[in-house]
Amino acid sequence: MTAALSTSSWRAKAAAGLGLAALFAVSLAVGVSPLPPGRVLSDPDALQLLLVSRLPRTLAAVLSGAGLAIAGLIMQTLSRNRFVEPATAGTAQSAELGILLVTLFFPAASLPVKTLLAAGAALAGTSVFLATAQRLPPAQPYLVPLFGIVYGGVIGAAATYAAWQADLLQFLSVWTNGDFSGVLRGRYELLWIAALMVAAAFLVADRLTIMALGREASIGLGIDYARMMQIGLVIVSVITALSVVVVGMIPFVGLAVPNIVSRLMGDNVRGTLGWVAAGGAGLVLACDIAGRLIRYPYEIPVGTVMGVAGGAIFLWLLFRRGGHG
Amino acid sequence: MIRIENVSFRHRTVPILSDITLTIDKGGVVALVGPNGAGKSTLLSLVARLQPLQMGNIQIDGLPVDATPGRQLARVVAILRQDTTVASRLTVRELVSFGRFPHGRGRLSAADHAIVDAALARFDLADLAGRFIETLSGGQRQRALVAMAFAQGTDYLLLDEPLNNLDMYYARELMRALRAAADENGKTVVIVLHDINQASAHADRIVAMKGGRILADGAPCDILTPDMLEVVFGLRAPVETIGGKPFVLHQL
Ligand SMILES: Nc1ncnc2c1ncn2[C@@H]1O[C@H](COP(=O)(O)OP(=O)(O)OP(=O)(O)O)[C@@H](O)[C@H]1O
Ligand SMILES: [Mg+2]
Repeated sequence: MTAALSTSSWRAKAAAGLGLAALFAVSLAVGVSPLPPGRVLSDPDALQLLLVSRLPRTLAAVLSGAGLAIAGLIMQTLSRNRFVEPATAGTAQSAELGILLVTLFFPAASLPVKTLLAAGAALAGTSVFLATAQRLPPAQPYLVPLFGIVYGGVIGAAATYAAWQADLLQFLSVWTNGDFSGVLRGRYELLWIAALMVAAAFLVADRLTIMALGREASIGLGIDYARMMQIGLVIVSVITALSVVVVGMIPFVGLAVPNIVSRLMGDNVRGTLGWVAAGGAGLVLACDIAGRLIRYPYEIPVGTVMGVAGGAIFLWLLFRRGGHG
Repeated sequence: MIRIENVSFRHRTVPILSDITLTIDKGGVVALVGPNGAGKSTLLSLVARLQPLQMGNIQIDGLPVDATPGRQLARVVAILRQDTTVASRLTVRELVSFGRFPHGRGRLSAADHAIVDAALARFDLADLAGRFIETLSGGQRQRALVAMAFAQGTDYLLLDEPLNNLDMYYARELMRALRAAADENGKTVVIVLHDINQASAHADRIVAMKGGRILADGAPCDILTPDMLEVVFGLRAPVETIGGKPFVLHQL
């Protein structure tokens, strides 16, 4: 069997580009007050709605989706396990605990400062996860995600307890369950940093592919293994923290998208990175649109929609392919 | 030249290597032999700085392996480990191309492509170039890994049991390719072998290890004697000379 789908096929790229553009357009148009393209030109209120709400919301979905999918890809590379992602390995939970503690102790801190501290917490939590994952027997690939789920559960429980004590439970749910309905101009722009992180991942794409071959192969090819590990951790932690703080965590994107792309195109990160980013953006956009339409005019948060859709995709992946091969 | 001086290594308190001193001149094929657990892989991984040195020092062409930037060393020495597994879905060509990474940091020049093509051709992989590694047979995969190490284009090549999984034909082809690389391109090949007769047929020098020490070191015709086999491997077997080279009839 040769590579099923070439990463550089222009047909596939054109189809993906068109699909993403279509989702983008639909996301701009769909909502409680419908926004047909013609009205934007004639009606200043419609234009205002577009610029203040719909466009920021759509961009937030694209940025967080692309970012979280890349974060998942990098986590899978660093842990050499296909079944981990920020939401199931303690990264998101650490970021949530971090932002909760900052809110408790430094309520006056600005959003960028809070995000930075949340990223620091995510970094610490993910480092512990990876250090432990490397000690688990490689012959049992399911042990790593299992450990991650338990580990993330423990940190999440700590966050819930702290939030409950401090009467901040409704805040916590804002961070743990992604929702774009509150996104407005001026309140999502930090997410552009996720785009920077994706760009950084592009710069180290070849090194990520080599990291997936293992520590020895990396050192043999002259890669500074420890340093690459840190770079990857920073990218994952910053993206996850941004997502948690600005829109709330969206599960499964980081799991489903990289796995599907790997299945279709292989694991040469330089070729697949763009596909993973585009796939994450498209999946999150689609889930957000679905969340706006299912109970129209009411909304279902994107985190909930993704929990169902992503869970189904995850199960399908598990049953289609046993082990990690 | 690889210069190994007074190298000792232990796992916790268990000594694995004891005071190894060994000099390997540039150019030629050196076979490392010895029973399971002798410390061959450990020694090779120390030379390739895959594990930190605990005692003694190792230099390759004057570069201390524990103090030279990894990127610089990667252009001097390549290693194929005994138990390499590739879990990534990469095609054979992609994998072999990553052997060129130390040179262009990922940007493949026309010269790099030519080297990759030559490595694929040399190990009979041209027809498999577009296949994912996971779809190959054990021997095909082994050849792809050897081709990757070859494509790295280093003067020093450390191969830990590269004949694993290879059939008779490809085992001999690989040994001949290594011989040619040494004779024609001046490469230095250090190869761990369990097939002592391959060592005799193709190596210039055999280094025999046991229990973390070097027990014998010299040309095949000087080393391969029934007495040495008994000391190193604990087995008595007749040794016959064919075409001027000693062969061990250990199956008898
Ligand atoms: N991680 C480890 N922990 C403890 N002991 C180890 C470890 N790795 C290797 N050893 C021990 O070190 C000794 C040398 O191992 P090494 O792999 O170097 O042997 P070898 O000569 O390559 O053997 P083989 O022919 O079986 O490949 C063995 O006794 C082995 O049990
Ligand atoms: Mg060995």
